[in-house]
Amino acid sequence: MDPTPQQLEWMYETMLVIRDFEERMVNVYLEGKLPPSIQHGLAFDIAGGPVPGEMHLAAGQEPVAVGVCAHLRTEDTVVGTHRPHHFAIAKGVPLDRMAAELFGKTTGLSRGKGGHMHIFDPEHNFSCSGIEGASLPPATGAALAYKKLGRDAVAVAFFGEGAANQGTFHEALNLAGLWQLPVVFICEDNRWAISVPKSKSTAVASNADRAVAYGMPGVSVEHNDAVEVFEAAGEAIARARRGEGPTLIEVQTDRYLGHFQGDAEVYRPKGEADELRGHDPIPKLAGQMREQGMLDDARDAEIKERAAQRVTAAYDFARESPLPDPAEALQHVFV
Amino acid sequence: MAVATQERTLTMAQAISEAIGQEMERDERVFVMGEDIGSYGGIFGATGGLLERFGPDRVMDTPISEAGFIGAATGAAAQGLRPIAELMFVDFFGVAMDQIYNHLAKNTYMSDGNVRLPVVITTAIGGGYSDAAQHSQCLYATFAHVPGLKVVVPSNAYDAKGLMTQAIRDDNPVMFFFHKGIMGLPWMSYFEGSTTAVPDEAYTIEFGRAAVAREGSDVTIVTISQMVQKALLAAEQLEGDGISAEVIDLRTLVPLDREAVAASVAKTGRLLIADEDYLSFGLSGELCAIVAERLDTLRLKSPVRRLAVPDVPIPYSRPLERHVIPQVDGIAAAAREMVTARS
Repeated sequence: MDPTPQQLEWMYETMLVIRDFEERMVNVYLEGKLPPSIQHGLAFDIAGGPVPGEMHLAAGQEPVAVGVCAHLRTEDTVVGTHRPHHFAIAKGVPLDRMAAELFGKTTGLSRGKGGHMHIFDPEHNFSCSGIEGASLPPATGAALAYKKLGRDAVAVAFFGEGAANQGTFHEALNLAGLWQLPVVFICEDNRWAISVPKSKSTAVASNADRAVAYGMPGVSVEHNDAVEVFEAAGEAIARARRGEGPTLIEVQTDRYLGHFQGDAEVYRPKGEADELRGHDPIPKLAGQMREQGMLDDARDAEIKERAAQRVTAAYDFARESPLPDPAEALQHVFV
Repeated sequence: MAVATQERTLTMAQAISEAIGQEMERDERVFVMGEDIGSYGGIFGATGGLLERFGPDRVMDTPISEAGFIGAATGAAAQGLRPIAELMFVDFFGVAMDQIYNHLAKNTYMSDGNVRLPVVITTAIGGGYSDAAQHSQCLYATFAHVPGLKVVVPSNAYDAKGLMTQAIRDDNPVMFFFHKGIMGLPWMSYFEGSTTAVPDEAYTIEFGRAAVAREGSDVTIVTISQMVQKALLAAEQLEGDGISAEVIDLRTLVPLDREAVAASVAKTGRLLIADEDYLSFGLSGELCAIVAERLDTLRLKSPVRRLAVPDVPIPYSRPLERHVIPQVDGIAAAAREMVTARS
């Protein structure tokens, strides 16, 4: 199925928002983490600055998020990964409240209890986990709930190609195939599980080939292209919504930045990231839209301006919000 | 009829399955899944008769896939259902623990209470029948140690029904541990004290309220699960020796009724702990802390004594297993020593 003009524009603008959000975070994250403002002798202080802790950014992987989420409704479930911002943004999680969560502020989605790897927005049925392969069983369970409740909602689990070697991948796919659940499994293959390349981690060239073991179609999306992802995901999500069961899709995508910010990437061939940026999916989509007469310079500038304003507003909101009272740490172990 | 109802006795397995069945009738969001919980009725009988009443959509046999279906329970709960998932033996937790302690237990907190996960995980615990190191553990303290899980460990049928009903109605994750040796199974010897009168109608027992299983004045025996039954038998022995033992059944570890322990020890001046879990870093140490933190007001007549599995895996051979799991005679002997040492 081809995307409508509205869907193309939504994917384009959303990819711009994601890219801008992630690339601004590169610098925001470094605030307060470098000499001379840190402990003498350290080269970097992971606990410093306004956004402490680990930071996994998804610049380059935008097509996976928008190509899938373009088909989703608010009531559909998405479970993301340790690298979750692009999924959350595409699923409609409020950008300002997500940003505030990364800054650990009271206006954050979880008032600062979750942080970057633990984004929970039940209003938009979004969650994620910092544990590899952990997204698949809960997404399968959400799909089980939809089937039991007789709803036509679907669930999506995103995970990386590294996580496809976890037991949970195989257990969840088996359950979903066995029970014919409305769930779509999306493997983001960025070829690197931190430093380990797919060729050294996975016994098959394509994880899509593993689908046959669980009685479901396996689809391989060969390019980091929003429209190609859109088409494959559209078919899978429509199948799921019709009650025809799960699908496994593997998407070839590109990680422009390190596994985490601060990753020296000693394992990666020099120049690989620059080469990947030569196939940037965002200008590619813009070019497709221009060919279809949907985009001209004026419209493009307008969309880019709107995207940038959304990101600016989110960061401003996060910075200006207050930190929580320490005593809040003791609340909400239980409800 | 009312009189007949009062006198009806159930095994703990029957009481648990009755509670689940009544809640499934009351609330269609409740469903059960696990290995062999359907036509088999649960290896230890906790789901007996439910498949026939509710059908395979609500009583779902799963593949051998604990991480898969326990994780699915979390996802289904987030969408408004109220799953009960059975982990056949608690010893099998290793393959599913990430889904339990990193997700089920933490997602509510990490979402600042925005995500509710009304999941009950039922699981069989305990030794005493030579099932050895991988099928005989209790491990409830391991789960109690992780924030975010309520931990329920009944000792008899009446409590099991009320606590299970409460567990299903709770909006938080609950781990429900049933000891195999008090389920009243026709193929495993059990302590008859665990088979009790159980009302027909549904009722709840509040979490965090210990029961005084037997009143006494000379020594407090704090315990849980099957060990409550052993402690009650020990208390009978002690009565013959003129020693009055009070038996406190904690019933839940999370929340823990610290005040009940402190109040009883204040009365008797002696604390004996009988626990089937491992000795170190567990329940018995936590109970000692209750006393230690109140030494400004509590006056002890003897040092605290702990009986628990002495930090070894559960051995197979009968004399070895009996040696490491506290027994009735051992509880009585320890209490006797405590009471007679300085009097």
